[in-house]
Amino acid sequence: MIRYIVRRVLYAVPLLLGVNILTFLLFFVVNTPDDMARMHLGQKHVTQEAVEGWKHERGYDLPLFWNDRAEGTGKVTQTIFYQKSVGLFMFRFGRSDSGREIGADIRQRMWPSLAIAVPSLIVGLLVHISLALLLVFFRLTYLEFWGIALCVVLMSISFLFYIIGGQYVLGKLLQLTPISGYDSGINAIRFLILPLIISVVAGIGSGVRWYRTLFLEEVEKDYVRTARAKGLSEPQVLFGHVLKNAMIPILTGVVVVLPLLFTGSLITESFFAIPGLGSYTIDAINQQDFAIVRAMVFLGSALYILGLLLTDLSYTLVDPRVRLG
Amino acid sequence: MSVVSERLEPGAEQRAANALLSVSDLHVSFRQGTELVPAVSGVSFHIDKGETFALVGESGSGKSVTALSVLRLLPHNAQITKGRVMLGSTDLFRLPEYAMGAIRGLRIGIIFQDPMSSLNPVMTVGRQIGEVLRLQRGLQGQAARKRALELLDHVGLPNPERHLGEYPHQLSGGMRQRVMIAIALAGEPDLLIADEPTTALDVTIQAQILELLERLKRENGMALWLITHDLGIVAELADRVAVMRAGRIVEQSGREGFFEHPEHPYSRELFTAMPRLDACLVRPETHHSDPLLVVDDFKVHYPIKRGIFQRTVDYVRAVDGVSFSVAKGETLALVGESGCGKTTLGKGILNLIENSGGRVCFGGADITGLRGEERRKRYAEMQIVFQDPYSSMNPRMIVGDIVEEGLRALHPSMTETERRERVEDLLQNVGLPKDARLRYPHEFSGGQRQRICIARALAVDPKLIVCDEPTSALDVSVQAQILKLLRELRDRRRLSYLFITHDLAVVAELADRVAVMHRGKIVEMGTTRQVLFEPAHPYTRRLLQAVPKLRLEKHREF
Amino acid sequence: MLKLLWTDILFFILLAGFTVAIARARRLEHLRRPWRKVARSRSAMVSLVILLAYLFIAILDSIHFHPRIEGENGQYRGEVISVLDSWMTPIRTRVEKTYSAPFSSYAYAKEMIRQPDGTQRWDYPRLRYGGAHLSDPERETMGDILRIGTEGLAKGASVWAALALLLAVWRSRLDRIGLTESLTLIARGRTEIPWRAALLTLFLILGIGGMLGELGLYYHVLGTDKVGEDVFYQSVKSIRTGLLIGTLTTFATLPLALGFGILAGYFRGWVDDVIQYLYTTLNSIPGVLLIAAAMLIMQVYMARHEDDFASLALRADFRLLFLCLILGMTSWTGLCRLLRAETLKLREMEYVQAARALGVRQGVILVRHILPNVFHLVLISVALDFSSLVLAEAVLSYVNIGVDPTMESWGNMINSARLEMARDPVVWWSLAAAFLFMFTLVLAANLFADAVRDAFDPRRAE
Repeated sequence: MIRYIVRRVLYAVPLLLGVNILTFLLFFVVNTPDDMARMHLGQKHVTQEAVEGWKHERGYDLPLFWNDRAEGTGKVTQTIFYQKSVGLFMFRFGRSDSGREIGADIRQRMWPSLAIAVPSLIVGLLVHISLALLLVFFRLTYLEFWGIALCVVLMSISFLFYIIGGQYVLGKLLQLTPISGYDSGINAIRFLILPLIISVVAGIGSGVRWYRTLFLEEVEKDYVRTARAKGLSEPQVLFGHVLKNAMIPILTGVVVVLPLLFTGSLITESFFAIPGLGSYTIDAINQQDFAIVRAMVFLGSALYILGLLLTDLSYTLVDPRVRLG
Repeated sequence: MSVVSERLEPGAEQRAANALLSVSDLHVSFRQGTELVPAVSGVSFHIDKGETFALVGESGSGKSVTALSVLRLLPHNAQITKGRVMLGSTDLFRLPEYAMGAIRGLRIGIIFQDPMSSLNPVMTVGRQIGEVLRLQRGLQGQAARKRALELLDHVGLPNPERHLGEYPHQLSGGMRQRVMIAIALAGEPDLLIADEPTTALDVTIQAQILELLERLKRENGMALWLITHDLGIVAELADRVAVMRAGRIVEQSGREGFFEHPEHPYSRELFTAMPRLDACLVRPETHHSDPLLVVDDFKVHYPIKRGIFQRTVDYVRAVDGVSFSVAKGETLALVGESGCGKTTLGKGILNLIENSGGRVCFGGADITGLRGEERRKRYAEMQIVFQDPYSSMNPRMIVGDIVEEGLRALHPSMTETERRERVEDLLQNVGLPKDARLRYPHEFSGGQRQRICIARALAVDPKLIVCDEPTSALDVSVQAQILKLLRELRDRRRLSYLFITHDLAVVAELADRVAVMHRGKIVEMGTTRQVLFEPAHPYTRRLLQAVPKLRLEKHREF
Repeated sequence: MLKLLWTDILFFILLAGFTVAIARARRLEHLRRPWRKVARSRSAMVSLVILLAYLFIAILDSIHFHPRIEGENGQYRGEVISVLDSWMTPIRTRVEKTYSAPFSSYAYAKEMIRQPDGTQRWDYPRLRYGGAHLSDPERETMGDILRIGTEGLAKGASVWAALALLLAVWRSRLDRIGLTESLTLIARGRTEIPWRAALLTLFLILGIGGMLGELGLYYHVLGTDKVGEDVFYQSVKSIRTGLLIGTLTTFATLPLALGFGILAGYFRGWVDDVIQYLYTTLNSIPGVLLIAAAMLIMQVYMARHEDDFASLALRADFRLLFLCLILGMTSWTGLCRLLRAETLKLREMEYVQAARALGVRQGVILVRHILPNVFHLVLISVALDFSSLVLAEAVLSYVNIGVDPTMESWGNMINSARLEMARDPVVWWSLAAAFLFMFTLVLAANLFADAVRDAFDPRRAE
């Protein structure tokens, strides 16, 4: 068991390394720092000095992998790769292209992200699973048929329209909630209700369909027939046996995304002007701030790999076949 | 319409009236697309208190569907179109669904074929039994635990204390079926339905479970409704027998009467088709001297990897130093229970599984060391026929392409017409029409598919065919036909067979010599007559004892 | 002068490949069977008609050329337009000053209007083109719309009638029955394939299309946007963008997913390890961020090579192509993992083992036994992915990492219109148009994908 965990942790190392090298290649080799500087300073009328100055300020004026001019270990450390990429392993993100401390920004902005992402996940799970169970309970009736039809309709609507529609109806017409914005502390709740409702409703279509297939797969198994043969009623069978088995894929599916909750949702946060990591990333993309995008790519990947790790662990906890296998 | 011959003893009319369970004129259909396909058409029978009633039939005859409709547990695409089921004085089809909860588990218990899939994989044995105790007997806490322990002890599970907290995957197949029986008994039902209770189990375990069912029936005074395809089991347990075919009961009578004078032609066909151990006694022993395949100290080991760096700490010795030879025209049977390594050995010889040691000599030359083209050609002189006729053919290819696949691979110079003629010839050889060439595998029945597989193997003119349980997935009557075909082909083409099976009676029908495998090793080898009638090794004796006794009876003429 | 863009060429190659595949599949029973099942489903046929209508427009919009300058022989303009553009020229070129509501003859905002008598008035000005033929819009509009609409409906209906007749003739030839009998069978819905439902859908499309097309000559049927462009024209133009992203992406996805998935599953060992490492690594980078990074880098690349992208159309086209490519790079891992798992299962199947025992070569086994048996997974996944890709386009364009801002796309329409939600009265028509066009396509695609899955997934077979 412990050995298994250690092995999975060790497997994460080459993955992180791969992500790191990939992002490095993407950001520094495909396009040179010179290109970035020109992009920022404007294409046409820019002197070589200005470019050099821009690069020097941000530490992009070093060689990529090997510094001939430096002494000793400096040959390795005085390079862009060491300074910009190796540091990421220690979660030293450095400064953004506009000079802000990225690490501090992340620490500050992850809380609003969590404040919206965690309740959305929990409420979403509860709502979607209950609806899916309802559909499974009423299977082969008209309720199921129309329920599924409604799901297909709901999942054919772009997320953007859910947001726009929600803001218009709940925020503007009915004036129940503020349209967008954020506040610190407990006052934030007022601003979080609308995004929460919208993200849960928008997920109904695909979520309910997905959980329904999971349940249906279980319902057709032999042990369910055994449970019925014991004299259990349909709700007892669904909750006592089907849900219990279906929880394994559901839980492990949720565990993967748990760490990624930190990074928030790009679209929701920017639409509702929530100062989380999602809108941080969007702003960086729009301002073409490579340092922030690079940091977020690495952070996101690291969190996903952590999610994979947690998934493996959760299997061993939830599934006796793996735990005692 | 087939003739239903009811031969009931005097006073049967009255007995039927106060029977425990009586089924009358049951009709069940399955929806397929827009059509209704009948599965059970007009079945009537009754089961008395305390008796063992056996419903016998081949696959697809509707016997399981009948049992499931009594409990109203049919899959959703099936529907009961007509009929009445009385349990005592209760009309089961008139009960509302919630009231069935007091029938299932409490009045009627059921056990299924595959205990692994029938038990909930994420609940402990204790909880699965406790659930019934709470629901049907109102027992909770310590009382429930005590009763569960009693039940497990009652079904002969050793060390019940330990197993109570275990999950199904931690138990062996036989233990799982015992747990399943304990669950069915927990509600103390008047009737226990056993739907092919031993089909998924090894022959020695099978005997134990049958003994257990017999004992439980006696001790608990309940009725047992046995559903099976195996006449051997019927002969051991049943008081009364009903034979089912294509949704109808064709014959119903007491055991003695049934086994002495089966009336319906179909019942008689079942008897003749049954392979018997004494088959090897009536046929002359043949001796072959020209060795074709020589296997020497053959090993297949799988490494067990442990630790952070996956070091190999030990090996699973699936095949552990096996040596034997098969002569030209000879049939060697490889017998053993599941997991003994017999299939691994068969595939290992064909190089479908990498071997870890030993040599395979074929036609006088060592072929284990061959590489490239040479190896491809030499290995093709040995072919294989698999157990499952459904997964052994590519569903996306027509039969003609399947059969000529080997020709294309080994004789690329053949023209299209030559190949076609060859394929048609082969299909006729195995008893199929020429135009089968243009159809897809799914259009054929299990037995016909097995014929196609044999034709595919024959296409490349092999000298030896490894038959890996080729008849275990087939019904008895089809099995007899395939065995006959294999015999004919062997004699006509001077083929050698390495016949892998768990069924000793099939061995008796076909094999010249027998090798008994146990835990990766051959424990006994000799002529069929020696091994089956004068077994030397205790394991062989155990296997033989477990064979239902009907198979040992003298050959009968009808 | 024909001037096909890169995406045009790839799109046509894809369509050609598709056509060849269909022609081949018609001969294979095991493929014909599930397709027949799809064809028998009413929802599948209705959505197929809708999808084909979208496809028809996308094809028209994918044949680009330099238009001839009127009057001068052999002279071509520098701009590139499509057949659809030239077809819709009246709608395309009638650009107003700014916003106007659907069917309105007046602009959305008031301005100073110089009266004939020289005085000035603060009022809603008449539009330059929309409803310009009316003398008194307030009174005449309703009647005029009805009259022109009926005209358009009649045109659409006559095209429809011709097509329906063609179908009946074809069916009667095929079934060897009289034409009237064939027509009655279709009209009563007694055919195996639900032709009646398909024809009704077609009638709706052609009828509405005819009305909108005819009305579009006189009005802005879906209004105009901020710079006065016709919203109906924008929505129709966006069809090509959405469809291209949905289809071309598979170009990038399929070879990777299929190749890697099957190789990893079949050969196992180190090949499997390497491929698994590759897709886990790629998968671990959040998709949107990888796309964002790649798009940023592409922008830098385009900025450096400005000369290579002389025209706006070329630029936008390259960006679209790159977007498809990068979307494909981020989405192949799911299918790859699926195919790997399936191949792992298949290689242990007894027919594969039998083929090995027969001495069939590895390559032949892969092509003959593995590939046809994972094909249904590929098909289902392509069908299911299509709609999510169309939806993804909108989201990406909103984040400014989608298609070029100058390119017509539903995402860009939403993006530019959402800020107008705050105005009073609300400028709703751009959003509504984008919603309607997108929703119809995605819903049809989802329904069709469901039918395909039900027909091809062996676990759902009866």
